[in-house]
Amino acid sequence: MLNIKNLKVAVEGKEILKGINLEVKPGEVHAVMGPNGSGKSTLASALAGNENYEVTEGTVEYKGKDLLDLSPENRAREGLFLGFQYPVEIPGVSMVNFLRTAINEQRKYKNEDPLSAGDFLKLMREKKSLVEIDSDLTSRSVNEGFSGGEKKKNEIFQMALLQPTLSILDETDSGLDIDALRIVANGVNKLKTDKNATVVITHYQRLLDYIVPDYVHVLYKGKIVKSGDKQLAIDLEEKGYEWIRQETGIEV
Amino acid sequence: MDTKINEPTEAVKKYVSLYEDNAGDISNTSPPFLKNLRKEAIEAFREIGFPKKKNENYKYTHLEPFFNGTLTSRFFPRKLEFDLRDMFRCDIPELDTRVLLLLNGFFYKTEDESLVTQEDGIIYGSLKEAVKQYPNLVEQYLGKTADHKKDPLVALNTAYAQDGMFIYVPDNKKLDKPIQIINLLLSDDNEMVQHRNLFIAGKNSQAKVIICDHSLSNHLFLTNSVSEMIVGENADLDVVRMQNEHNHSVQITNSWLRQAASSNAKHSNITLHGGKVRNNLHVSLEGENANCNAYGLYLADKNQHVDNFTIIEHQFPRCTSNQHYKGVLDDTATGVFSGKIHVHPDAQETEAFQSNNNILLTRDAKMRTKPQLEIYADDVKCSHGATVGQIDENALFYLRARGIPHNEARLMLMYAFADDVISAIDEEHIRSRISDLVSKRLRGELSRCNNCALSCYD
Repeated sequence: MLNIKNLKVAVEGKEILKGINLEVKPGEVHAVMGPNGSGKSTLASALAGNENYEVTEGTVEYKGKDLLDLSPENRAREGLFLGFQYPVEIPGVSMVNFLRTAINEQRKYKNEDPLSAGDFLKLMREKKSLVEIDSDLTSRSVNEGFSGGEKKKNEIFQMALLQPTLSILDETDSGLDIDALRIVANGVNKLKTDKNATVVITHYQRLLDYIVPDYVHVLYKGKIVKSGDKQLAIDLEEKGYEWIRQETGIEV
Repeated sequence: MDTKINEPTEAVKKYVSLYEDNAGDISNTSPPFLKNLRKEAIEAFREIGFPKKKNENYKYTHLEPFFNGTLTSRFFPRKLEFDLRDMFRCDIPELDTRVLLLLNGFFYKTEDESLVTQEDGIIYGSLKEAVKQYPNLVEQYLGKTADHKKDPLVALNTAYAQDGMFIYVPDNKKLDKPIQIINLLLSDDNEMVQHRNLFIAGKNSQAKVIICDHSLSNHLFLTNSVSEMIVGENADLDVVRMQNEHNHSVQITNSWLRQAASSNAKHSNITLHGGKVRNNLHVSLEGENANCNAYGLYLADKNQHVDNFTIIEHQFPRCTSNQHYKGVLDDTATGVFSGKIHVHPDAQETEAFQSNNNILLTRDAKMRTKPQLEIYADDVKCSHGATVGQIDENALFYLRARGIPHNEARLMLMYAFADDVISAIDEEHIRSRISDLVSKRLRGELSRCNNCALSCYD
């Protein structure tokens, strides 16, 4: 479904991703791990189409299309979902208005009729229970006044509503306590099908106890230096990134 | 203030002699107090003249040139062969208000009476008629709040204005429904319009007024209006003004508000359209525990110019005031905000806040914002803040990353920006209508005056 070939991305003129190769097939869960500054968020943002991230080389094929040629909104409408690391607060834009607009834009793209207000509210109620999100939160402005954990749950809530084909979760576990982590992971797991795929970007192995990956990739200084299965994550946790440096011979 | 005596400019001389030539028609029915007021006013106007370019308060909005054009001043109400209401209807069915019309500054009669006196003593209608029927009542208040001796625009209006709206709510009475004043401009040539409004809210009274300004023909209109609003002790006055004249118009509004102890006043000004707009709001808090909220929202594009000047005088202790103005400027539009808080020496425990936030959508749009605080008391809480920025890029990306197209996302954010000013409007149907108009305005769908049979050229 997703085929990244030699992707190089620069931010403010500085090259962060130095040639990423990654292939994700439907039904798979991939974990991308790495220390701070390795380029994890850059990868997520570049795939989502953030214009501050400049693709200098490489290709990304998504569902047979050239992903890099699509605007951010079209990538989303094609089923790409980015779970932000730091979801922004948008005072004055109500959650309901935001979500209904997003859903209806998707439906319009697929030539479906928009959801009526009533049907949408019903859908919202259904999905709320998936991430145990407070009813109160959905009556507010987008992410306004939400705690870190609530913001992350809200990302998964949106994922449940939009039913993406490819979800990229950028450090979804950061700032979560163990209970919130379990709820978020549970939500992600419930949304898994054999037709969609998830790329979980994380710093810690902990999340991967709950969202079990099929493949683990270690991102280090802008390149994927090692790939393996879920055992790799456990090894990494035990031995640290120093071990990776030794294994791959990459100097600090 | 200039110390040397200035020779009146051409424009000043023109308006002084125009007044003198037509003084008969203007004031032949005016009682002595009003004749006197006009005399004082035209003298003051001759003496002071239009605000000079170097006048700090008019630095970015030089008004005199607008008065120089060929503008017709009319001294009689315009006679129409048709019912004005066929041409214009305020089409909010759920809006339950009492609608009063002004045509080019003169009261337009739609019922039998041009002035209604209710059984409970509430009076509303034509100011001209009120002067005739209740001269003593009008004399008590007219010209006592707006300063015609020092402010030349007020002076010019005081000399010329023959009609406008009069609302009187006696002590302890409440207006059962809001009064909606629709201010219409319609002419065969370029016209200058000056009308005068007088709203009096007695002790413990309550009144809600909505004013909508519209232009119905494609001529250049210059409006110089004055509204005096007197709020009695413990009274509550809520005024919402929606400015929707076309882009060839010049609109100068002078609103003077005087509040007694423990009174509440809210003044919300929504500028949707207009060529050049200058809104002067003077608020004087003249008793303890009075509260004033001044809100403004201006949406300007093309080459519109909107200048909001507000001053709140805290003369007594323990009063609170809040000025919250927001603007969105597009194309080459320009905006000005000058908000002054003046806390007099005895006004201890004053709480006065002011904020002005602006979004510029293009590199050419320009906003000038100037907070002014003059504080002479020592136990006060005052703050001011001004921001001029662009749309939050992160918020924009977030919306787009969820499939919302760029333009739609921008509109959502601009609307969200305007939201807190709109939310300050109490009356649900009016708020919802204004919310709707703002939404349309932001989408560029309000380029013609809504509800009217003619389409306005803009």
